[in-house]
Amino acid sequence: MSEDYRPMWKGLGLDLETHDALLAALGAGYAQTFLTQKDRPEGMKYFDFVMSEVHGLRVKELMDAKAAGRKVVGSFCVYVPEEIVLALDGVHVGLCAGAEFGYAEAERFLPRNTCGLIKSFFGFSLTRVCPYLSASDLVVGENTCDGKKKAYEIFKDMPLVHELYVMDLPQVKSERGRALLVDEYTKFARKMEALAGRKLTVDNLKEGIARVNAKRSAMHRLAKLRAADPAPISGLDALLANQVFFYDDPERFTGSVNAICDELEKRVEAGKGVAKKGAPRVLVSGCPMAVPNWKLPSIVEACGAVIVGEESCVGERGTRNLTADKGATVEALIAGIADRYFQVDCAVFTPNPARLEHVKAMADAYQADGVIHYGIQFCNPYQIEGGVVERELEKAKIPTLRIDTDYSMEDAGQIRTRVEAFLERIKG
Amino acid sequence: MRAAGIDIGSRTVKLVALDEGGAIAHERVEEATFDPLGVCARLLAAISVDRIVSTGYGRHLLQRLIPGAEPITEIKAAAIGARALHAGCGAIIDVGGQDTKAVAIDPGGRVLKFAMNDRCAAGTGRFLEVMATALAFTHAEFVAAALAAGRAERLSSMCTVFAESEVVSLVARGALRDEIALGIHQAIASRTAGLAGTVPLDGDVLFVGGGALNGCLVREIGSALKRPLVVPRSPQTVAAYGAALCALRVLV
Repeated sequence: MSEDYRPMWKGLGLDLETHDALLAALGAGYAQTFLTQKDRPEGMKYFDFVMSEVHGLRVKELMDAKAAGRKVVGSFCVYVPEEIVLALDGVHVGLCAGAEFGYAEAERFLPRNTCGLIKSFFGFSLTRVCPYLSASDLVVGENTCDGKKKAYEIFKDMPLVHELYVMDLPQVKSERGRALLVDEYTKFARKMEALAGRKLTVDNLKEGIARVNAKRSAMHRLAKLRAADPAPISGLDALLANQVFFYDDPERFTGSVNAICDELEKRVEAGKGVAKKGAPRVLVSGCPMAVPNWKLPSIVEACGAVIVGEESCVGERGTRNLTADKGATVEALIAGIADRYFQVDCAVFTPNPARLEHVKAMADAYQADGVIHYGIQFCNPYQIEGGVVERELEKAKIPTLRIDTDYSMEDAGQIRTRVEAFLERIKG
Repeated sequence: MRAAGIDIGSRTVKLVALDEGGAIAHERVEEATFDPLGVCARLLAAISVDRIVSTGYGRHLLQRLIPGAEPITEIKAAAIGARALHAGCGAIIDVGGQDTKAVAIDPGGRVLKFAMNDRCAAGTGRFLEVMATALAFTHAEFVAAALAAGRAERLSSMCTVFAESEVVSLVARGALRDEIALGIHQAIASRTAGLAGTVPLDGDVLFVGGGALNGCLVREIGSALKRPLVVPRSPQTVAAYGAALCALRVLV
């Protein structure tokens, strides 16, 4: 890192020694996973820089924003509407939940058979190593799965959490469900107005919508380019872009992804790629992969396949639809925002047939030879739905492999055997 | 001898070498020990072949010893071996040291679908070894006792650690050792049949791996699946044989 951030981290209440250990592991993991890849796009250097400053420069930017009176909002879920945060000149960041860290501490509050993502955000809090959590003026939780719902009830009293606000969410895609979401977003807007000391207007809300839509549009462009054979970018690098989506400065992020897309367009024209033409192409579908959860994609790509899409909250499920900017009133715009998020087909919804259709459409659009369904152990919604997805995809002649795992590396060998056998099956 | 297949498993290393015509000319099974590569070196020193394919848990290890060795997964290897041994084979159940697998094979001999146990040793060969020890049986006694038992104690836990304490508490309650032994076999059989049920089971089902040497397991899995299982002459070496066939195919 280019600067001494220790005083800043200390000021944020981090445990410096433990935090050093985390950063050392993260840096080594990143170098081993990403920097060893061949033929990476030049534009990925930006993301290398972002990752090298993940707890440094970006956190300093948050602190500068706070000093200028802006509010930082942290969240764990794609249902939290970033448009409203940005409209009120706030900063929206995704919080740390992707590593096996502080589990022993987390298990003082959570049963052992809690999913890794929840255990992880408790662990980051209890070991005092997440600067984003501490920098957040408001942490926004959401009633998605049972695990998160109940966890938020106790998370509010955990270290580094200044204020926790929990949004209710519908579980059924009905008119009543939609009305509930509109109502919850309206309440959230009021909460945000009170926090920011500003009012939402048609103009600032439209600007917030435009800024988030621009990020999403850049990701749509990246997604389309991955349909080329050979694939112009690795699944790992594309996943990283999807991960950084959650915490980078929106305009800088959009510009950087568009610059990579310019470069990839030239690659595609020249028929150049990161894997050989004809290399097995895999679509990953299922639970989100938060930084630094790169385990499955790094195994898949080390076996010679290339990942061409992520049907995931950290991926296309999270970024696919744009928010309509039509509306003459704040209320109409908030309803439009709710309509956009209501289409997100998270497995907490019942029934959830749209997700299966989306997986099939993605497999077709990105010319995937097979789908790997990724479930985080103890994530009931995705693990149960994974069985249905597997059966239906196989019925549609799309080879499917189901991997249920957690953040630890102890089963990496077993996963590698399954992935290799799956690729052997795809190749016939 | 022209081609060889070596299956480096978690508990044993299996070597099969073939002559020009594809007949088995050499076959060995050794404990993997703490130095499986050393075991491989020793086994391979006894033969001379033109090509070798490795498989099993340690398949990538062999390239350190023989740079030209090609690795394939034990799933593909077992499918090739099983089909060559038994033309009517449509599916394989493989109970190995640390893995249990079910593999469905299409009419062309390709892997159609496969499933494997979760990360832990529950329901695998290692589980049986631990349980035999918990009952103070040798492995042979353990199987014989289970085969002879008239009824079975029911075991609810499949975790190797928890099941061991469950066995201890059954013993403390005065349950018969033979009936506990049968209960353990039935618990594994039901779990294995459940796994097998997640892949299409058409044609004859071959039972391979070290687990197929256990007569009680053969009987109980067959009964749980409501169909007899075909056990080949040497069930432990089926994947090594498949790997050897794979090596020979490249040559001829």
